[in-house]
Amino acid sequence: MTVAARVEEDLQGLVYVRVGDGVFGVPVMQVQDVIAETWINRVPLAPPEVAGALNLRGRIVTAMDLRVRLGMPARASNQTHMCVIVEAASELYALLIDDVGDVLWLNQDQYEPTPVTLNPKWRAVCQGLYRLEGELLLVLDVDNVLKIGAAAHGSP
Amino acid sequence: MDELVADFIAETRETLEALDLDLVRLEQQPNDADLLGRIFRLIHTTKGNCGFLGLVRLQAVAHSAENVLGAFRQGELEVTADAITAILDAIKTIRWISEQLAASGVEPEGDDSAMIARLDAIFANAGQPAGQGQSAAVEAPPAPSAVEPAQAPPTMLLSADDEGDTLIVRLGGRPGIDAACRTALERVTGSAFGPPERQIVQRGLCDGLCSAARGSETAEEFAARMAAARAEWSEAPTTEALLDAVAAAFVSMGARPTAIQALLTPIGGAPELAATVTASHASLASQAPPIVAPAAPPSAMQETESAAAQTIRVNVDALEQLMTVVSELVLIRNQLIQTLRGQPESPFAAPLNRLNQVTSDLQERVMTTRMQPISGAWAKLPRLVRDLANELGKKIDLTMWGQETELDRQVMELIKDPLTHMIRNAADHGLETPEERAAAGKSQTGRISLAARHEGGAIVIEISDDGRGLSSSRIRAKAVSNGLITQAQADAMSDAEAHQLIFQAGLSTAQAVTSVSGRGVGMDVVRSNIEKIGGAIELSSVEGKGCLFTIRIPLTLTIVSALIVECCGERFAMPQSSVTELVSANEAAQHRIEYIEGAAVMRLRDRLLPLLFLQKLLSLDEALCDPSETCVVVARVGSFSFGVVVDRVFDTEEIVVKPMATVLRHLKVYNGATILGDGAVIPILDFKGVSIEAGASQSGALSRQADEDETGDQSQPRQTVLVFRSLNRSLKGAPLSQVARIEEIGAEQIERVDGRTVVQYLGKLMPVLSADDQEVAVWSGETKRPLLVFSRDDRHIGLLADEIVDIVETLAQVEIAGSGRGAAGSLIIEGAATELIDVDYYWRQVGLGGSAGAGPSSGLDERRLLLIDDSPFSRMLIEPLLGRAGYHVTVAPDVGAALALHGQGRDFELIMADLSDQVGRGRWLRETLSRADRWHDTPLLGLGMTKLGDSLERTEELPTVAEAITPCRGAA
Repeated sequence: MTVAARVEEDLQGLVYVRVGDGVFGVPVMQVQDVIAETWINRVPLAPPEVAGALNLRGRIVTAMDLRVRLGMPARASNQTHMCVIVEAASELYALLIDDVGDVLWLNQDQYEPTPVTLNPKWRAVCQGLYRLEGELLLVLDVDNVLKIGAAAHGSP
Repeated sequence: MDELVADFIAETRETLEALDLDLVRLEQQPNDADLLGRIFRLIHTTKGNCGFLGLVRLQAVAHSAENVLGAFRQGELEVTADAITAILDAIKTIRWISEQLAASGVEPEGDDSAMIARLDAIFANAGQPAGQGQSAAVEAPPAPSAVEPAQAPPTMLLSADDEGDTLIVRLGGRPGIDAACRTALERVTGSAFGPPERQIVQRGLCDGLCSAARGSETAEEFAARMAAARAEWSEAPTTEALLDAVAAAFVSMGARPTAIQALLTPIGGAPELAATVTASHASLASQAPPIVAPAAPPSAMQETESAAAQTIRVNVDALEQLMTVVSELVLIRNQLIQTLRGQPESPFAAPLNRLNQVTSDLQERVMTTRMQPISGAWAKLPRLVRDLANELGKKIDLTMWGQETELDRQVMELIKDPLTHMIRNAADHGLETPEERAAAGKSQTGRISLAARHEGGAIVIEISDDGRGLSSSRIRAKAVSNGLITQAQADAMSDAEAHQLIFQAGLSTAQAVTSVSGRGVGMDVVRSNIEKIGGAIELSSVEGKGCLFTIRIPLTLTIVSALIVECCGERFAMPQSSVTELVSANEAAQHRIEYIEGAAVMRLRDRLLPLLFLQKLLSLDEALCDPSETCVVVARVGSFSFGVVVDRVFDTEEIVVKPMATVLRHLKVYNGATILGDGAVIPILDFKGVSIEAGASQSGALSRQADEDETGDQSQPRQTVLVFRSLNRSLKGAPLSQVARIEEIGAEQIERVDGRTVVQYLGKLMPVLSADDQEVAVWSGETKRPLLVFSRDDRHIGLLADEIVDIVETLAQVEIAGSGRGAAGSLIIEGAATELIDVDYYWRQVGLGGSAGAGPSSGLDERRLLLIDDSPFSRMLIEPLLGRAGYHVTVAPDVGAALALHGQGRDFELIMADLSDQVGRGRWLRETLSRADRWHDTPLLGLGMTKLGDSLERTEELPTVAEAITPCRGAA
């Protein structure tokens, strides 16, 4: 089935990613690329969530560590990561995650709003969730994930 | 040729090409409103441009064509084939005139009244049934060709090949004949130039041919006309030779042989002409060169065609993508070089070397394609101002500085419109009429000035006028009546805040809507356009004196030369433009880092250079710091120099400045990021941001002296206070600006003379007082105590303290007013109540209170000094020095603020202004300040921070230079 057909059928496409113990879905339409671990240049004084900047085919991509963003313990130094490249307001961001899975096309009847009891830090970055077999997949709201500088410093 | 005209020609060519296609389509789909609209707009734009450039001939034709198109659009006129033909012919004329314009730089002489009359006749029928319109057009006497049937889109000037056309139309009208005559004369004489009499012959020939083509001249009349014309010029070629050449010229211009024959035969053209012409036309049709080619120079038409191909317009996005691709190519090349570095024998070495060169060349060329001097955006402004002055009945003088400032062409395109708009505003609402100006005591000629410069990685454009300024009361009233704000808000608003309202949509303070401006759309659009490209616009205005807008546009996509440095294992780019020198600072080297109360400094050629550690500034990992090598990058912001300590300096590289991601944009120490040759992404340091950041983190290093007269000023005055413990251990503060030195003295140095405690200081006796208004008790032991030295002229007093606590920056406002016994008031500093000492009180204690140098409170006006300097660093340095020398210093961060002070009725005895390193800034500054009329007699002293020779050179630009050698010169 083509992507268009799936979208028409009201299926939501999500890139399945794992961050720490959590599993999340990144809306597939916002994902530009998924790349393996790459060299990330640190940006001094940047907020802790910002792991640094990387070069993706001549474009500067700001790397955001989802573990830090979600308040999880930092990755062990020998642990590898992956980057999901997303675009927001014509800027590229790399979401650092532990592992990436398939693209899932999920039906709306599996969808639930985010439970109110969820950790506020997570609630702020999730649109809702899908009941999968055996696990719950939180749908990341990419724009809110990136809203750290603005929220913290009042500049758009 | 005038750059504007060249632009116009390029644009008109494009427009005409688009029009040809569109008009043909219009004929097929006469009811396509979009198409009509587009054609109308194109012609309208062309007409507007012509009017702007004073091209009357083009404008007249375009105007008539526009009328007809307008009528089509309104549905008043049916789109008929002959109307379209008339428009096509008009376009042909426009094209021909603009090509002539391209060739010679001036509009050719000639008469388009036939064409215009034809269009006007069609237009006159607007609203009448189409059938009648057509017959009316036939009857219209000056439009002999109004009944032409439709024809194919012209591909050449003289494509009219339909036998239904009148002869003159088939030959391209008067312009066509004129061109043919000119070419013919050129061919016959072998030169494009000649004596003035040549013009007479050319005109005679042209007039004769035109009349003949209209059928109103017989062979005899023509011969007589030519004889008369040739009589004026002794070297004139024979009429026969000219007619032959005219025939050849028409052929090369693409005219039909039958038409040429029809023209020339009745007036005695050579009988064999027909054969020649037919043959030549056949050869032309088969793409062979014109028969006259070997001897004759190429025709004017061909020359312009080739000239046209020299520039093309490229979408900026295309350039941007090209840039990205080239960057990628550079990275690949670098990887290849690194891979092959260890194998000099590799067969790839030679081609790689070549690739290396070609890539560098390509990169450089792509980069330069984007930069243009700002004069491109300004070129139209003088003309605009002149026209506005005429239209508005004002006298306006426009001065421009820094035209050579280069900026990204994309940025330039984007600021063009806002700039034009602001100039219009300045001319229309800003400046008064000559009468009003005279009444207000100003010179009748209003002044608008425009200045551009690079500053701290941004382009700063200042637009100022010396007009009536903004009336904050009127803005308030208008904003309230428009419902933008409530009355309560308006009342609570400061004037500066009220001024900001002009950036709101729907607010125009113009009393009347004029054709130029005043419709209430404007400044909001200007601001949003500027903010769209990441810029900012600021405004300062004094009612009655004028307005100053400062636009700051960051380098969003500019290429800069940068120094790549390393600190604690991380690399950074530093814009080369701000770096003045590099100094190696290890223990063995001549230059050593020294510390004063924890603040690092370095002696550099008899100057003390404040140092910042990049490691501390950016909180880098100290463990990774490489102590073996230390390098100081000496940078300059505005006019102040400071050193940035890094571990290592690599090289300079041309880098592409890419904007910081939104989530990182709050970090003022960076102004972007770049990708290095090896693919690494590194931040670009912004020295201005660095200096501000350093000021915030290093206690009070960058402060602004409070101006006691100005408490509650909008800019929130702050002052730097030296906090110390007095002998009875209470916390006191002294304004740092007044502290000349801090000495350490031992108890044995204190002597008693005439009931006073004194120390010997600089060969004189200096009274020593206790800061708690008590007797100075001599203490025992070896401990030394700090002595705060205050100086006025060459007199000093010392205030003995127990210890120096800190230097802090604080709001100047005192919490509790002082008792008068040595205390100016109390402040809360770092959470502790601190008494701010009244230095003047201590001066009075030693009997010097009212003498030569006086403190601020006693108000000795001859010591008032205004310092205009945008660098917090140099303010920090110069201000205490001047204060110590007894001056009462008021600081304005920019000229706008200075003018605001003038508006508040402040006067000074001397104005000192930072000239940084802008050539011409002195003059610009003086002109801007000349608006402050009360200050006309105030000497203006320019400060340069470079070599003395240079600064002298610069100060020469100022007419009223006080040759005062102030301490700041020593400090510089």
